[in-house]
Amino acid sequence: MCKMAFQSLLIPHVTGKAQEESSEQKEKITVTFVDKDGEEKVIQVPMGMSMLEAAHENDIELEGACEGSLACSTCHVIVMDMEYYNKLEDPADEENDMLDLAFGLTETSRLGCQVIAKPELDGMRLALPAATRNFAVDGFVPKPH
Amino acid sequence: MGQLLLHGWKLISRGFSSLTPHPLRVCIVGSGPAGFYTAEKMLKALDGAEVDILDRLPTPFGLVRSGVAPDHPETKLSHLPETWKQIVVNQFSRVAANERCSFFGNVNLGTTVSLSDLCKMYDAVVLAYGAESDRYLGVPGEDLGGIYSAREFVWWYNGHPDCSNVSPDLKNTDTAVVLGQGNVALDVARILLRPINELETTDIAEHALTSLRESTIRKVYLVGRRGPVQAACTAKELREILGIKDLHVCIQKADLLTSAADEEELKKGRIQRRVYELFSKAATSHQQHDIVGQRELHFMFFRKPDRFLPSESGNTVSGVRLEKTCLKENGASGKQVAVGTGQFEDLKCGLVLKSVGYKSVPVDGLPFDEYRGVVPNMKGRVLSLDQAEHAIVEKGLYVTGWLKRGPTGIIATNLYCAEETVASILEDFKNGLLTPSSGSPKPGRQGLLQVLENKNARFVPFSGWEKIDTKERMEGELRNKPRKKITTWEELLLAVDG
Repeated sequence: MCKMAFQSLLIPHVTGKAQEESSEQKEKITVTFVDKDGEEKVIQVPMGMSMLEAAHENDIELEGACEGSLACSTCHVIVMDMEYYNKLEDPADEENDMLDLAFGLTETSRLGCQVIAKPELDGMRLALPAATRNFAVDGFVPKPH
Repeated sequence: MGQLLLHGWKLISRGFSSLTPHPLRVCIVGSGPAGFYTAEKMLKALDGAEVDILDRLPTPFGLVRSGVAPDHPETKLSHLPETWKQIVVNQFSRVAANERCSFFGNVNLGTTVSLSDLCKMYDAVVLAYGAESDRYLGVPGEDLGGIYSAREFVWWYNGHPDCSNVSPDLKNTDTAVVLGQGNVALDVARILLRPINELETTDIAEHALTSLRESTIRKVYLVGRRGPVQAACTAKELREILGIKDLHVCIQKADLLTSAADEEELKKGRIQRRVYELFSKAATSHQQHDIVGQRELHFMFFRKPDRFLPSESGNTVSGVRLEKTCLKENGASGKQVAVGTGQFEDLKCGLVLKSVGYKSVPVDGLPFDEYRGVVPNMKGRVLSLDQAEHAIVEKGLYVTGWLKRGPTGIIATNLYCAEETVASILEDFKNGLLTPSSGSPKPGRQGLLQVLENKNARFVPFSGWEKIDTKERMEGELRNKPRKKITTWEELLLAVDG
């Protein structure tokens, strides 16, 4: 709420256009990807798009060897905040079967191809697996599974 | 780790485009996942790199073509019409289509070209030829007829030209014993027990379909030395076999009892936990009486093969003598190992499939660890021993895939493995270790073509594979299958000509 008001102050438009822009914003969520160096990339993800697809569209180096068909674990991402992890639907057996084989699995690991953008995930932060070796983020230390 | 390597490559390759006087020439032996992922990453990392991929078969893709079971379910995601197998094949085909990449099928390392030939012609040689042999049990009777390695059986039903004449007899018995409980063991058990109509629309080899149609096998035993906690299969594959229609699955509840050591293993291993849970559920839910004619799958735990029993003719197997085992903790590794108890029982059968592990085959001039069945290496750089028995790096020689790690993992495991080896190659390149000492560039592809011409060796280019592919798919369409595989060397080479 505050964010939208702030942004409409920044944009030197007449009221009509500002309203258009803020309704556009409702169709996308903000997601931050953190790579192994701790470098962050903030992207906008349209509703209904998977995190894997979004990563590829924004040149984030997330492998997707089986192109989202639940036959590998190369799009493994770690949801950095438990609060957001809990907002996701439980993984299906098929996803869990692939997570079994993921490198550096943690308690909040998911497959990027199965995490789909919805409004409740706005502000979510996702770490690429190698990132968990060196540091704790937001006080949350991912435990190896 | 992948991100670190990719980041490093970007820096290195940007620096290289301007510095290199000639492109890096790489030869990869083996065109399965290990070879193709290596090629893909090599081409991406270095703008000028030239990559040649050799394979002794006329067809590429290794175990993606000859190892993946034909009956694995199609992807359940409706927006993806292709199976994941086809996705991988498409991805590899795009690599082969890269103008800096050339595929050379029907070229054998050893008989067509030697390793030293390749090392003379290329800046870097990467061996990715996997594991085409088997671990041996070393028990009496192992050479009896009717006993095959799972690898041979898989190659047989997948139409590999080396195994098109295996002709296992599936009509002499109602019982098959599979030794081992890994994913390959589950694959072969499943193929033996699948209702034939479910196999008819797959790309299973025609000769296998015919045999299976006439098969009298109704019972399959999957025998493991240790317990359900140690079973090597993974959840997805176990779930699949437990879900087969009209299949009576037998698991003894007594085998599910866990020791304190077992509980420790379960606590530490997510995969083991989920597999154990599947076994537990299956043991309790499949309690119904035998339905006459229903096929049976028995999971037998804590049994190791003592010997194979011959039939009256003396030539073929008629049963397996199994020794009951118990688990003892191996102090050094903390692992639990199976130890014989001296109690024996005989299991009658007419077919035995040994699924106890693949093994790589050494090649002249290549250092090899006989015990582990892999090439000694450090992050993919081949190591040999000098005169003082110290490990030294063999310049310009690398390994990737099963030849490097042993025969474990899934297709995607090769992706990370390839990343590591390619990173080593790039580092060596950056440090000038791959520059020929003579100063003049190595001949690469032109050199190989010359050698092949001198030997009058006929190689199959990727376009040759495409002719085979088209023919197989056309024949498959007539039979409501994705393809009808061509299964002999002669016919494969003939299809290339056509």
